[in-house]
Amino acid sequence: MTDTRLITVTPARARRKAAEAPERSAISDADRRRPSVKATMTTLQIAFFSFLVIAGVGPILWLAKAALSTTQDTISQPFAWFPSGIQWGNLAAAWEQIQVGRYLANTAVMALGSTISTVVVTASLAYVISILRPRWAKFLSGAILVTLFVPGVISLVPLYLTVVDVPLVGVSLIDTYWAVWLPAAANAFTVLIVSRFFDEIPREIIEAARVDGVGPLRMFFIIVLPFSKSILGVIAVLTILNSWKDFLWPMLVLPGSELQPISVALARVAGKTDLSLQMSAMLLGLLIPIAVFLIFQRQILKGVSMSGGIKG
Amino acid sequence: MPPISSATLAPDASPAREAEAHSPRPVPRRRPSIVRWYRRGGLVPVLFAIPGILAFTYFSWGPIVSGAIMGFQRTNLIDDATWVGLTNFAYVLSDPVLPQAVGNTVYFAVLGMLFGFPAPLVLAVYMAELRRSRALFNTLAYLPVVIPPIVAILLWKYFYDPSADGLFNQILGAVGIGPLPWLNASASAMPSIVLEVIWATAGGTAIIYLAAITSVKPELYEAAEIDGSGIWRRIWHVTLPQLRGVILALVLLQLIGTLQVFTEPYVFTGGGPDNATVTVLMLIYSYAFQYGDYGAATALSFLLAIALAIVSVVYLLATRKWSRS
Repeated sequence: MTDTRLITVTPARARRKAAEAPERSAISDADRRRPSVKATMTTLQIAFFSFLVIAGVGPILWLAKAALSTTQDTISQPFAWFPSGIQWGNLAAAWEQIQVGRYLANTAVMALGSTISTVVVTASLAYVISILRPRWAKFLSGAILVTLFVPGVISLVPLYLTVVDVPLVGVSLIDTYWAVWLPAAANAFTVLIVSRFFDEIPREIIEAARVDGVGPLRMFFIIVLPFSKSILGVIAVLTILNSWKDFLWPMLVLPGSELQPISVALARVAGKTDLSLQMSAMLLGLLIPIAVFLIFQRQILKGVSMSGGIKG
Repeated sequence: MPPISSATLAPDASPAREAEAHSPRPVPRRRPSIVRWYRRGGLVPVLFAIPGILAFTYFSWGPIVSGAIMGFQRTNLIDDATWVGLTNFAYVLSDPVLPQAVGNTVYFAVLGMLFGFPAPLVLAVYMAELRRSRALFNTLAYLPVVIPPIVAILLWKYFYDPSADGLFNQILGAVGIGPLPWLNASASAMPSIVLEVIWATAGGTAIIYLAAITSVKPELYEAAEIDGSGIWRRIWHVTLPQLRGVILALVLLQLIGTLQVFTEPYVFTGGGPDNATVTVLMLIYSYAFQYGDYGAATALSFLLAIALAIVSVVYLLATRKWSRS
């Protein structure tokens, strides 16, 4: 038991490597040498690759083109290569007229705040559930897990009313970022993932630290957090991406245009502004999540497959 | 995980006591007292849990409980809530738009399942065979998933322009099809929305399937190969059965997600044309946030949640045999 546990906590790099180079898949090396299989694989490779490029990258490239074209060009010759030249000015105009800069800053503030509250609450709850394990921890984790089975629709309206008039406190969070940040903290899914990860920390280390007189607070900061940097990083990046994508909730709780994130602002100005400026604003709204994804691909994809493993 | 008695686990402030308390031999249970509990560090987990308990009480457990109650009340933001029995339920059930919204929502879910289920699975099975370019394929497949839905929807809304000059219609026109009305006709509006949703989500699902496929034990393939089964039979009889847990879970999650669809129809069509894309969640939205009828909105939410629970139970029962075999 102890030994396997220690093996599961091998350095992440080794595990990654193992995951990336499977010993074999449905098609064996012998198959791969057969000419018919070779030909089929090559054909499939070309077909899938072109399909993914057209479907995955095509719309983004087209958006980039439309963002830098005149409205006239985009409407009359959507596939022509910049008939009237590249309009770099569109980006500046969108930045100015649609105030893209402010909405992007709003989105960043919203996403970072949600991430901080999610990570802090998730890590401390998982610490209680998986490491400290007081007697009532199983009730706590049960009460948290059960919310995963309740469809989100049931709490949409009550959640809104809670935010409008927070019970016992009596303040309204409407038109403040708290209305987005605080509900983000109540995330049963991240608690589940992180507490499973904490379960993997060898009990011997915790016990040894305790014998050495490490108190629970220091244990959290010097043992548990360093151990779980990777998983908390994955959670943080996924939370940033998700709050960048959020639409309905910020639209409801941030009705004033001052604090709105880019997605709500884009939906509001759609059709009311010049097409080329709208496309520029959309492109600018897209760049940051794409950059975040390209930088943190490995963590994001790992996090997504891991969450799938837990769902399954 | 070896069972560890709770006494061993109670964190303690004083090292000397700790050494004693954490010795492997079982500590005899003594009558708990508040002072003992406190001195043994019983308060520490409470302090760690407080932020989370507050967050869940206010923003998860509380709303879920009031979501179950508020449907039986009349709530506005001024007066105290009053009990009105089943009035809200009678009201939402007699709404003439409801049958259509239910029909549309089911139609959306069915279309999403028919076309959205095989696509990521095929993609993942193929990607699992890649040796060198898998990282690139991963990136390409996942790219649409990171695009903020509003950007994607507004872009596709432009692609769907129903005139002959519309982007998709120009492409189809080049091969002699169209022009199609896309979002502008009742018959094609919902399929158009489904197409965009599949495009936006298939990559994420494929990544999850791929992770499951790569954890299939290679011995199984080897055994199948030695038994003389070809590549297709190996995929059919080894890969897919090994994936059934993930498949069953993802299909259920997709079902639950699509039955609560809101953003796409809301931004694409606003429910039109002729209510052809009004979904149940859009009805809930309009009750609550356009008419301020929170009681009706929660009543309908409650009914939808019950329906989702029934769908889940039926689904789990129907697939029980397959998931066990």
